[in-house]
Amino acid sequence: MNWQAVYPEIVLLAMACVVALVDLWAPGRDRIVTYCLTQLTLLVVASLQLSFFVDGFTLYSMQGMVVADPMGHLLGLFATLATMVTLVYARPYAASRDMLKGELFTLSMFALLGILVMLAANNFLVVYLGLELMSLSLYALVAMRRDDIGATEAAMKYFVLGALASGFLLYGLSMMYGATGSLGIPEVFKAIAGGRINRAVLILGTVFVVSGLAFKLGAVPFHMWVPDVYQGAPTAATLLVGGAPKLAAFAITIRLLVEGMSGLALDWQQMLILISVASMLIGNLAAIAQTNLKRMLAYSTIAQVGFMLLGFCPGVVSGNTNSAVNAYSSAMFYIVVDVLTSLGTFGMIMLLSRAGHEAERIDDFRGLARRSPWFAGVMAVFMFSLAGIPPTVGFYAKLAVLQSLVSTNVGGYIWLAVAAVLLSLLGAYYYLRVVKVMYFDEPVDIHPIEGGADVRIVLSLNGAAVLLLGILPGGLMQLCAQAIVRMFAT
Amino acid sequence: MPLLSLAIWLPIAAGILLLALGDDRARAVRWAALLSSLVAFVVTVPLVTSFDTASSSLQFVEKHHWIDRFNVAYHLGVDGLSVWFVVLTAFITVIVVVSAWQVITERVNQYMGAFLILSGLLVGVFAAADGLLFYVFFEATLIPMYLIIGVWGGPRRVYAAFKFFLYTLAGSLLMLVALIYLYYKSGGSFDIAAWHRLPLPMNAQVLLFFAFFFAFAVKVPMWPVHTWLPDAHVEAPTGGSVVLAAIMLKLGAYGFLRFSLPITPDAGHSWAWLMVGLSLVAVVYIGLVALVQSDMKKLVAYSSIAHMGFVTLGFFMFNELTTSGAIVQMVSHGFVSGAMFLCIGVLYDRVHSREISAYGGVANTMPNFAAFAVLFAMANVGLPGTAGFVGEWMVILGTVKVNFWIAMIAASTMIWGAGYTLWMVKRVYFGAVANDHVRDLQDLNKREFAMLGVLAVAVLAMGLYPKPFTDVMHASVVELLRHVSVSKIPQ
Repeated sequence: MNWQAVYPEIVLLAMACVVALVDLWAPGRDRIVTYCLTQLTLLVVASLQLSFFVDGFTLYSMQGMVVADPMGHLLGLFATLATMVTLVYARPYAASRDMLKGELFTLSMFALLGILVMLAANNFLVVYLGLELMSLSLYALVAMRRDDIGATEAAMKYFVLGALASGFLLYGLSMMYGATGSLGIPEVFKAIAGGRINRAVLILGTVFVVSGLAFKLGAVPFHMWVPDVYQGAPTAATLLVGGAPKLAAFAITIRLLVEGMSGLALDWQQMLILISVASMLIGNLAAIAQTNLKRMLAYSTIAQVGFMLLGFCPGVVSGNTNSAVNAYSSAMFYIVVDVLTSLGTFGMIMLLSRAGHEAERIDDFRGLARRSPWFAGVMAVFMFSLAGIPPTVGFYAKLAVLQSLVSTNVGGYIWLAVAAVLLSLLGAYYYLRVVKVMYFDEPVDIHPIEGGADVRIVLSLNGAAVLLLGILPGGLMQLCAQAIVRMFAT
Repeated sequence: MPLLSLAIWLPIAAGILLLALGDDRARAVRWAALLSSLVAFVVTVPLVTSFDTASSSLQFVEKHHWIDRFNVAYHLGVDGLSVWFVVLTAFITVIVVVSAWQVITERVNQYMGAFLILSGLLVGVFAAADGLLFYVFFEATLIPMYLIIGVWGGPRRVYAAFKFFLYTLAGSLLMLVALIYLYYKSGGSFDIAAWHRLPLPMNAQVLLFFAFFFAFAVKVPMWPVHTWLPDAHVEAPTGGSVVLAAIMLKLGAYGFLRFSLPITPDAGHSWAWLMVGLSLVAVVYIGLVALVQSDMKKLVAYSSIAHMGFVTLGFFMFNELTTSGAIVQMVSHGFVSGAMFLCIGVLYDRVHSREISAYGGVANTMPNFAAFAVLFAMANVGLPGTAGFVGEWMVILGTVKVNFWIAMIAASTMIWGAGYTLWMVKRVYFGAVANDHVRDLQDLNKREFAMLGVLAVAVLAMGLYPKPFTDVMHASVVELLRHVSVSKIPQ
């Protein structure tokens, strides 16, 4: 039994329990002990992931139920870092809203544990286990302000629709199990490749699995929960929902569709094409009409996820898998970049918020360039990155996905790329509008910006990362490609 | 010495430094901006003085790894087609910094910083020898210009800024797909020179041609995608208008030279009628539109479109005279239109109106200024001896050889141009003093005199002795036309 494969998960689980206990006795309402202990744990987990990724090994453990591979380690590293950053942004925000309780930290850690379990899943049941662990923690986090009507409603919606999605996924997985006789992802792959299975059942199972995944990713037509949850949840919880879990959703899409069901790629790719084009269309159009920044970002996330899913579409073209590595690593790069930028935008909302005031309307950013030229610049970098304008990293994310489409050299995919860039033009409008209110309008809110040095520094670093990765994107691209290459090699 | 890298990164670094300096030290910011723009200009001078005019290949080449995964290189170099625009950009930036000296009083550091960063990015566009690098610079220029129009612009600045940004973005996104397509067709290379040698079937060429066309036609701008330009010009601050007219419009024309013509020559030949048609519409129809403008900035904006019509006409006549003429026209238009917008800025700073009807008899109260303004107006008309004449003359001369009627329609610009420009001059500068505002006008101060004087020297020098300009571009133009004349359709 290879315990090493699950070291990060074990550390995280143990420390989540310890933190829950310590918090009961820790003095002070500012939860400084709990906070530091949590960050320390996450740091240890992150460095474990990093060292594993550098070693580059692939280990199977728990009778092949769990796999520790470079892709999992890299995404795990990013997910852990994202959670750390989220907690830095969230602490002052939560403190001014009576949310700074031990549960915030424990539940965040359990959500991260769920994410790590999903990343390491090599079995349908493990995927589901991780998904539920993450989802339940997130439902509770969204509902943490139980006296807030919006948050309660968001939590309820999130829970009901999330449970429905889990049901979809489970139903699909059960069909796959019924058809292939196995829950192990490699075994399912072999059974499908063997080709002696009733395709009708497989296709039906695929439809349910894709629907379940689309729910979790927040893609059209299963996107209805996204705007309400993003808007209703306290911003700290929004970021916990919209940050690291996206990486997990990407990972299980890879695990289920690519590792398990690549024999059916020609079927699910067509579904994904529809889903992604619809997501970009509806996400971008609906975002234009929003006045609430969180809701706008929710719709923008839908569009971004749609763009990311395009990266899954050209993996297998006319039976040929040559472009698979290129395509999936582009999608991975895209989602990592998207999470990095989301962290920054929601971090900005939390920075501008203070006790009794949520800076969640676009108008709350009015004249920010006068109140704080620095943070207006940081926010502008995030917006241009989301719009995909160089020299920000968002441009290279779009470039990577587009080139994976064009590289198929199939007319239909090239037109798909044209459609994608035209739809992202719609997106540029509403991102520019945020820049517009910051730079062209006069400030209405003249309160000085609160927020401690730690938030300011991390947020600045976050902005610098988006810009610097835009000038030198090669390294991160290479890492993503490496992770996917190694995944295919085993 | 990596001159091109210096020319790109020096102003950008200086701009970032100015942003960091804060907006409460306006005086220091101004001097720092002037100093760095001067240094950046001086850096570009050796590019021309030690340019090998016999060679058509890229010179001052710098090549480093950049994004290995996509085989993208940080590859810079200039040839006869691009070197003058590098110098022009750096030169105009100095002028813009000087022109803003007393006018811009709010957020001075951001204004100067934006222009310096913009200048570095623009140099990058002209110096890029790698397709993706070109695109990155090409797109990145939108950000500072968007902010310049939106922050320091006129009453409808928000509308103009959005229109500017979205129009150009719409065009260039299609170009991005085209660039990626070429990357794959060339076996994984973003090297523009490799694309020039790439055989392409006709249908692919046509699609690529139109993808590039949308990107560059918006930028030039060609009729009918020109409507963003009058809005952007009218609302932009003087410096913004100057850079827009003098440099940013050239990006589109330069793109035709660098991409459309050599990469898709067959499509270019078979669609030349459309390009020529649109160019003639720009020359004639837009010339007439300029005639009825009551706003001086709008008038000069439309005149810019008409002049750029000459440039695109010259490109799609496919002979050496018209192509060189078009490039000369691009450079001279950089000087002349920049100077025209500065003149409008001089008046606007004093009277705060751009309406022609708000003026009259300015020559009586501002004789020095009127002398300059009339000189630039004459250059805009294309009077022999000024910069405006050379390019137009070459294009018309070359066109006559191809088709007399096209040349005749194009030559009618001499009439429209004279019409709208001289009529404006008459109404603004000549006649009796129209009102008290004009009566109170102060003539040019030393700063304005120096700024317009330098431009006047440039306009006259280029008009009287254009040989240095044409010599530099000769070899490259011949090489370009050699590419264009050979079919790229695989047999």
